[in-house]
Amino acid sequence: MTHGTLIWKNLTRYRLRFFLTTFAIFIAFFLFGILQSFDKALDAGAELAADDRLVVSNRINFTQPLPIAYVDRIRSMDGVLHATHQSWIGSYYQEPRNFIFGFAVDPESFMTVYQDDIVLPAEQIAAFIKNRRGVLVGADTAGTYGWALGDLVPISSNIWQQADGSKVWDVVIEGIFQSSRDELPANGLYMHYDYLNEARTFGKDFTGTVALTTTDPTLNDQVAQAIDFRFQNSAYATETRTEAAFNRSFVDQLGNIGLIISSVVGAALFTILIIVGNTMALSIRERTSEIGVMKALGFRASTVFSMVLGEAFGLAFFGGLIGTITAWGLVEIARNIPGFPFVLGFPTSVWLQAFGLMVVLGVLTGLFPAWNAYRLKLSTAFARV
Amino acid sequence: MPDTPLIMLENVSKAYRKAKSEISIFDQLNLSIKEGDFVAIMGPSGSGKTTLLNLLGGVDRPTSGTITINGERIDKMSESALSRWRAHTVGFIFQFYNLMPMLTAARNVELPLLLTKLSRKQRRENVMTALKVVGLEDRAKHSPREMSGGQQQRVAIARAIVSDPKLLLCDEPTGDLDRETAGEILSTLQMLNRDFGKTILMVTHDPEAAKYAKSILHLDKGHFVEELVTS
Repeated sequence: MTHGTLIWKNLTRYRLRFFLTTFAIFIAFFLFGILQSFDKALDAGAELAADDRLVVSNRINFTQPLPIAYVDRIRSMDGVLHATHQSWIGSYYQEPRNFIFGFAVDPESFMTVYQDDIVLPAEQIAAFIKNRRGVLVGADTAGTYGWALGDLVPISSNIWQQADGSKVWDVVIEGIFQSSRDELPANGLYMHYDYLNEARTFGKDFTGTVALTTTDPTLNDQVAQAIDFRFQNSAYATETRTEAAFNRSFVDQLGNIGLIISSVVGAALFTILIIVGNTMALSIRERTSEIGVMKALGFRASTVFSMVLGEAFGLAFFGGLIGTITAWGLVEIARNIPGFPFVLGFPTSVWLQAFGLMVVLGVLTGLFPAWNAYRLKLSTAFARV
Repeated sequence: MPDTPLIMLENVSKAYRKAKSEISIFDQLNLSIKEGDFVAIMGPSGSGKTTLLNLLGGVDRPTSGTITINGERIDKMSESALSRWRAHTVGFIFQFYNLMPMLTAARNVELPLLLTKLSRKQRRENVMTALKVVGLEDRAKHSPREMSGGQQQRVAIARAIVSDPKLLLCDEPTGDLDRETAGEILSTLQMLNRDFGKTILMVTHDPEAAKYAKSILHLDKGHFVEELVTS
């Protein structure tokens, strides 16, 4: 037997209490791991965005359109290398629940601006550009629905409608692309803007956003200011930001995710702190006489202090590790689901934060009972024997 | 047995402060007990029996006076020095056994040896020897809840002797046992005194239990009023 055995035996002497306390800690750290992973996923779009790409949107917000004529005007401005535009389709396949991130784009300029992000053979790019009904789909999306090159696929829109009342556009799969970065899923669908624009009954000759590259990233601020200045007195004033800032503002539309996650995790951990602290205090109080006996046998107060603190750490790390590992496992499973819409990750920083929280939980729940055990006078303990 | 006193109390006073008044337990108490003695201490409730035992075990400190045990002044020792001293010199036996319920008999007995530098093998040997002395070597792997009161008290005795202390302090060791089992426990204490030379101080209310000791001290209102030699 070692001191560690003694700590473990004390921890597990009441199996039900140990299980319930561990389960509470498990839930808190599981939530922490999952929510942190989602937080990273929502930030991923901003973190992985190109730093030399700017996005122009309507100043009111990005759901408001911009005239298509802006694209050429922006293209002609100083410092602009290439420009393209994208319109949100609100697309789905067969059922609204089969949602697809779909955009209507100008094929040639789109492939120029996003050539580093979308990977597919040149002949597929050419086929896409050539065929008005052609679309590019991500490999994950194609895999989800079993699509192959040349397939004729009906894509529905939950926004746009044709003159005959139909909301379906028949498209041909001309290209299946991979993501240029492993951490990004190959999701989405890109169709011809002209094909959408000609048939839709409203919103004609408008687009969603304009994306552009500059001749030099150091010119970004200057170019952004020039664009916004140019359109500031028009009916469709613009706001130009880096792609990273635009993506972040997109996420912010959902609310302050960081604050929500911190609040949920904070509330869970605070509750656990109270539960575990109370359990530890109760457990040590119940064992006053045993602690007295240990001191009578010759265990020093500092040893007793360490052992009680060790119990609190044991509890925090046992439940915390199981919770964090389970969250990690679930994230890994989700990452490998084809077409999973989030770029989930479990970076080292989440592990380190989890370990830090385990230490804090151990100290806060163990320090007070350990100090009481340290200070316990033998004569007081023996009065209860 | 050497004739030198193992325990020496000189002018020991002990008082507790309760509210604004001071309650005196002992005043100028003197006591000398030889090594190898087996002394029963009797007296009515509140006479100071347990307080005396606590002072001798270094559990409590005197208000004044000196306590010398095995040649060491324990009344001036620091807490950590007292812990070390207790680990080597004293074994405690309580009325309610005070075993750790989640440990087996062997592990309960092993507890004091965690404070030594003995190897695991040596510790196991010492534990089995102690259990054999109290006749429980076949119950080593049983937990306290699987044992009777008498067996639990014998495990507690094994725990008290496993580190081979000179002094055993017993606080009502048979107070929770029936007459027959109490007799077995007291015989075990007698055997430890007779065969292993342990000096034993036993606080008891029970005159029958006290007869197992070599001498009986009667304590009343903080003073020894009578000493009887039993056999």
